[in-house]
Order: sequence, then structure tokens, then C-alpha cells
Amino acid sequence: MNFAGDFDLMEKQILVGHTDRVWSLAWKPATGVDGIPAVLASCSGDKTVRIWEQSPATGSFQCKAVLEETHTRTVRSCAWSPSGKLLATGSFDATTAIWEHVGGDYECVSTLEGHENEVKSVSWNASGSLLATCGRDKSVWIWEVLPGNEFECVSVLQGHTQDVKMVQWHPSLDILFSCSYDNTIKIWAEDGDTDDWRCVQTLGESDSGHTSSVWALSFNSDGGKMVTCSDDLTLKIWGADITRMQSGDGNASWSHLCTLSGYHDRTIFSVHWSREGIIASGAADDAIRLFVENKDCLVDGPTYQLLLKKDKAHDMDVNSVKWSSMESRLLASASDDGMIKIWELVSLP
Amino acid sequence: MVSGLINANPIVYGKKDHRARTAPVQVDEYAAEPIDQQEIFDHIRDIKDPEHPYSLEDLKVITEDAIEVDDKKSRVRVTFTPTVEHCSMATVIGLCLRVKLIRCLPRRYKVDIRVAPGTHATEAAVNKQLNDKERLAAALENPNLVDMVDECLVPSYE
Repeated sequence: MNFAGDFDLMEKQILVGHTDRVWSLAWKPATGVDGIPAVLASCSGDKTVRIWEQSPATGSFQCKAVLEETHTRTVRSCAWSPSGKLLATGSFDATTAIWEHVGGDYECVSTLEGHENEVKSVSWNASGSLLATCGRDKSVWIWEVLPGNEFECVSVLQGHTQDVKMVQWHPSLDILFSCSYDNTIKIWAEDGDTDDWRCVQTLGESDSGHTSSVWALSFNSDGGKMVTCSDDLTLKIWGADITRMQSGDGNASWSHLCTLSGYHDRTIFSVHWSREGIIASGAADDAIRLFVENKDCLVDGPTYQLLLKKDKAHDMDVNSVKWSSMESRLLASASDDGMIKIWELVSLP
Repeated sequence: MVSGLINANPIVYGKKDHRARTAPVQVDEYAAEPIDQQEIFDHIRDIKDPEHPYSLEDLKVITEDAIEVDDKKSRVRVTFTPTVEHCSMATVIGLCLRVKLIRCLPRRYKVDIRVAPGTHATEAAVNKQLNDKERLAAALENPNLVDMVDECLVPSYE
């Protein structure tokens, strides 16, 4: 995809409702296309989760539901199952709640306990058969989804030496990635023989890795690359041989491709790679930045350039940026200021 | 909680006189005065040390010179000196400073807190913890810690 010319991120709407900082956003899969209105979930320090739905007539988002009186502390992370049937929410109250849309209302159908303290991230695998959670207790948990909304813990993964900030499954393979306050990214896979989950690779400072907490990671559309963001003020691009990974090659390892430094001067909390190849970042300087691959320059691998910077995207830190699952050019952002903004990437004449 | 005090005999330096501020030259009543070092110091000087009935100024944990502020960029950095090198109260002091400043400054402000270089055995680790927003948010949901912080902040509101 070539991004020639000038672009702007146009503010379409501000979603007001949360009474504390908004930490995370999640677009519901398979919505925003084929006449199905787009749906967005948000979670907050106000202990609630809000569901926003786009009106087919006006295109504007309205709050359709407030999921409250379940979590007793900040809700830090939310993720829809691939089918969109279930929503998982991870909270500082050390639990993960599973919600189902039943007859117009959202109902908490299961509560996953086990973490010793704050749960920081939740992620579903591509098929929706597994859920991963992580937290300040330094562990990563893998849960199997059973019939009747039952969840069974199949593995508790130790290895990180500090709290784990995010977990994310690979978009097509059952390989789990985690990033941590210990500055590393760990990759976890199931051992073919024993069916045990184990850490198959660690990306640390010696692998050209980050030198401070890694806050988030995101994969490109084919799953051959990922981008990570950190308190060290850089974004890093990593790549792996996808065909080798698919064939179950245990030696298919990830390596550093590129570091984007000098663009951010405060912690980068969130990063998200769109299907078209645009990387969005949300940082503690209240700005949103977009990066694309530099197609002109093919030196020793891909390089990236800044497409645009949106200064003062919010009044306070940007905690989450998420491209819409369907509408490629729609971006949602969430902030410490309690607001969620919907943006559209437009090319300028 | 540690039962014995970390530092049973702190050195008490006494307060600097509260200087009278000179009247501003401009008469425009609507122009917001830029926030400066002295104003920030005034917000935090009377915060009580977690362990002793003395202020952070009395114990020279904070001084006016250790405050760096850029009002145009909305940035402030406070460097504080714990009374002893392995002071485990450092994280509590850091938390008190941050909470007070967040409550008193306009929300556009970015606050960085750090221990003075060379004054703490695990300086890098303490600084990282003091500036990790997620860890801070979780800590401030701990009622015991919030009570402790609020108690230290009481004298600073008078």
C-alpha cells in the first residue's frame, strides 16, 4: 500500500461517559461492514465497561450499555472473542470477567480467578478456543474455552521477572506473545510432544530489544511482523519467517528489523497495526502518530516513516489506539481525560 | 509494614522563610501567571514525612532548586533526596509528591518524580516505579496506601 500525498486524522466524534481515565478499547469483530453497525467496547478506571454502537442512519456512536457492578476496581483491558459473542474484561481486582450479549443486555457469564493481583491484559486466540491473561504477579495464564461458557486453566506460565503488561496471540497461529515491565517480550508455544506450554524465545536488550518497560505489541495483517512500544520512547519492528512458523519449525525465531527512535519524547502506551499497514501510536504527550513503511528505501530491510502526527489529540495521555476491524481508515483513541475519540484518516487534496 | 522506623534520627534543617511575592508588573487580570518553581515548591514543602512529624522541607528531602518547571511545555520534574540511602519510604514520598501535584496543577501538566542521583541504593528501580502510570494507578487503589498519603498531605493544604 502506497501512501503518497498528504493525510490528516479528522476528529469525527468524542464519546463522553466514563468518569475516570479510559484504559483500553476493542472493536467488535465483523461489525462495521455489510450493514452491521460498528461496535466498540471501552474500559475504565471508573470500574465499568461501556459498549458504543454506531447508528446506521447518522453514523454517530451512542452508548448502548454500561457493564457495571461486577469489577470492584479499575477495568484495565477488554477483548472480544473472534466471533464477537463474548467479551473478556481484565481488572485490577485480579479477576477476568466474561460477558455475553443475551437478549439486549450484557450479562457476566463467568469470572476467572487465579491471578494474585492486578490483571493487566486479556487476549483471545484466532479460533476463540483459548484466552490468555497476564498481570502484576509476573505470570501469564492460558485458559481453554469449554462448552457452556466454562473456562479451564491449562497453563500458568512463569518466566517474566516483573509484571506483564500485555498478552497478544498471533493472528493465525497458536503462539502467544507477552511484554513486560522487565523490558522483554516473551514468546510462548505448545511443545509438540508434551502439549506443555513453554517460553520458546525471549527478546531482550541483547537482541536489540527495549531498554525499559514494553507496554504493547501489535501484528501486521499477515502475522509476519510485529511492532512493540515502550517507555524507552521507541517503537521496534520485529519479523519472522511465517512459512517456517506455520510448518511448526521450532527454530523459526523472531528478529529485530527496525527501531523508530526520535519520534516520541514520552512513554508510548499503545501501538496498533492496521490491515493496510499503518502503525498508530498513542503516547504520554497526548499525541497520536501514524507510521508507514518506506517503500522507496530498501536497504537492509524495511524502514518506516512518520505519516502524520496529531498533536493534542487528547487533553491528557493517550492510553489506547485501535484501528476499526473493518473500516480501515477509522481509528479510536482513549485517554486519561476520560474521553474516547473516533478519527478518520483522510487524504488531503 | 516495617515496625521499626527506617530513619529514627533524621536531621532537621528548619524552614526557609516564606518570601513575599512581588506584585506583578502587568495589570492584565485575565492573563494566567505562568507556574514557576516557587509555586510548585509552595505546594509540596509542607508535605509531612511519612515517618516523622516534620515536613519534607524541614528534612531537606525537597528544596526549591530541585524543581524544574517549564510552564509553556507543561512539564515539571521534582528531584527529592531521601534521608537515608536505602529508604523504603522513598516510594511513599514519591507518591505523596505526585498526588499533591496532580491535585494542584492544571491537568495539562506532565509530572516526573525522581530521587536525586546517588542518594538511593536502588535508584533506577525506584525511579522506574515512581513513574510507571499503571503501577501508580493500582497503588492508589490500595486504601491503606491512600490513607497514608492523605495523612502526609494534610499539612500541605493549610
